[in-house]
Amino acid sequence: MSISIRGVHKRFGQFQALNNINLEVPTGKLVALLGPSGSGKTTLLRIISGLETADEGTILFQDQDVTERSVRDREVGFVFQHYALFRHMTVFENVAFGLRVRRTPQAQVVERVRELLRLVRLEGLEQRYPAELSGGQRQRVALARALAVRPRMLLLDEPFGALDAKVRQELRTWLRRLHEEMHVTTVFVTHDQEEAFEVADQVVVLRGGQIEQVGTPTEVFDHPATPFVMDFLGNVNVFQGRLENGEMHLGPFRVDYPQYTHTESRQATGYVRPHELELAREPVSTRSLSVRVIQLNPAGSVLKVRVHSDDLGIELTVDVVREQAAQLQLRVGDAVFVSPRNVRVFLPSDFTI
Amino acid sequence: MHLDRRVRRSAGRMVANEPAWLRRLLIGTAFFIVGWLIVLPLVYVFWQAFVGGLGLFWTNIWHDPDTRHAIWLTLTIAPLAVVLNTLFGLAAAWLITRFEFPGKPLLVTLLDLPFAVSPVVAGLCFMLLFGMQGWWGPTLRAWGIQIVFAWPGILLATMFVTLPFVARELIPLMQAQGPDEELAAISLGANPWQMFWRVTLPNIRWGLLFGIIQCHARAMGEFGAVYVVSGHIAGETDTMPLRVEKLFQEYNNPGSFAVASVLALIALGTLLLGKLALTHLEPPEQPESESSQ
Repeated sequence: MSISIRGVHKRFGQFQALNNINLEVPTGKLVALLGPSGSGKTTLLRIISGLETADEGTILFQDQDVTERSVRDREVGFVFQHYALFRHMTVFENVAFGLRVRRTPQAQVVERVRELLRLVRLEGLEQRYPAELSGGQRQRVALARALAVRPRMLLLDEPFGALDAKVRQELRTWLRRLHEEMHVTTVFVTHDQEEAFEVADQVVVLRGGQIEQVGTPTEVFDHPATPFVMDFLGNVNVFQGRLENGEMHLGPFRVDYPQYTHTESRQATGYVRPHELELAREPVSTRSLSVRVIQLNPAGSVLKVRVHSDDLGIELTVDVVREQAAQLQLRVGDAVFVSPRNVRVFLPSDFTI
Repeated sequence: MHLDRRVRRSAGRMVANEPAWLRRLLIGTAFFIVGWLIVLPLVYVFWQAFVGGLGLFWTNIWHDPDTRHAIWLTLTIAPLAVVLNTLFGLAAAWLITRFEFPGKPLLVTLLDLPFAVSPVVAGLCFMLLFGMQGWWGPTLRAWGIQIVFAWPGILLATMFVTLPFVARELIPLMQAQGPDEELAAISLGANPWQMFWRVTLPNIRWGLLFGIIQCHARAMGEFGAVYVVSGHIAGETDTMPLRVEKLFQEYNNPGSFAVASVLALIALGTLLLGKLALTHLEPPEQPESESSQ
């Protein structure tokens, strides 16, 4: 079941939560709504579900206009951030709830609940109460409960927000696999870019109630449409520079920028990710910037190196892979040279690449 | 939660470090006060009621038609007021915890008014509204409806005095639980009726029961407001508390204490039920583990 969102606006008093949202979610896809808090991602999810109504705009499921329908008639499976399990019901009765209110015969209820508890790997816990489950188990009960009534789509609000890092990681992988088995159109909200990239087919980046970019994780990460997306998707080094004659000058760095051919010089900002910077003991070319190591941070598979450029008066972060770090034998205070492999340039306001 | 427990434990140790004589003094004082102010009067009521023997007690309760009527009236009016206030309390708590609307803080404040206003004043207000010299009294009389000096007045006065109990108990509970479970029920296809019976009510049942019990205890014993609006006509509008007072004024001590002991007995029963509700209201602490299987 595809979802079309057309011209949706939503206001809470003076606060513009959503501003002219247009979005297509294709059938069977797993889509992440990604953004910082206050970006409108949860509001958008609730408007899709019918828990919230849009001030303006329409919501279509396939070709059917559901804008005026209540959450009860939209047949969506909604998983709440804090699961909202029925605290006085057992796991079995929680999952069975949607079937019971539809007056499904008992034999079918039992069969369907068993099937779902197998799917979410919670067999044997039928008689437990939500308070007796771990966070990860509660999350899976909430999913099973939402799936029991065969919803037309699955909507998840910060599905892993309340879990610790390890369980979170397991559940992400599991959700991805579940989605591959079921192929239910799924939209989930997250503020964690890593989570969005790992789980989703498509990422929708929101900011201040507007969509900044829509694309596959690779597209969004490799070709961020705006400085905001660039900045939001992980650490980035920012250079202020000048643009003229198809070249960008960022201190000693020069980067080709053929889109801008005017001779008139103008302000621009260059963005380089930490893994796109190279460290060397000797200057590689005239473009190398002389820096001083001020901090070394082993972070898993990479060594995070903080360097300071006395010329430009800025600090940079460089990710050095372990083997290279071993070769370089870096120590705090060392003088080294840094050069970019890749720079993305954004002009202020009017035009971007 | 862990921190909380640690603090509580260390507080307990602090008390244990006090000298033994101080501990005994404090505990002794507490028992002394409770004994003199609560236990002794209660025992005295029952002793006075039964001092002439069980036969006299029964005669006092059952063979005085005015007393019998008073018991009957209280046992009818109080439950009726409780039922109506339960419905009101549920509706008010629902409205206040699930919706945003202008004037909400005012409504919450007004809800507490019956606790603040003296019952006698409330009774007088009803007299001014519904009495023959009042605003609506003559009109209602013309329609053949009598409020004051009749059971509807007693019901109104009782309801006014006990209005906040159920709502006051439910509002914090429903606020803490939030609307998510109810929304989940609706999103799973439940209609509002199914949502209420299957999700809302089970979640608030112990709080609701406690509110009803408090409401009931107060409704049974209400004196001031009922005294004013009922006109305390023997055999017609006398309730049990009014009857106790009247018998006492007539120097009929055995009769007065017999009725009082019945009231006290009902109160004790209610109290025990309330205790039961309270133990369920505080759920046992759940071990919080975050491991996944």
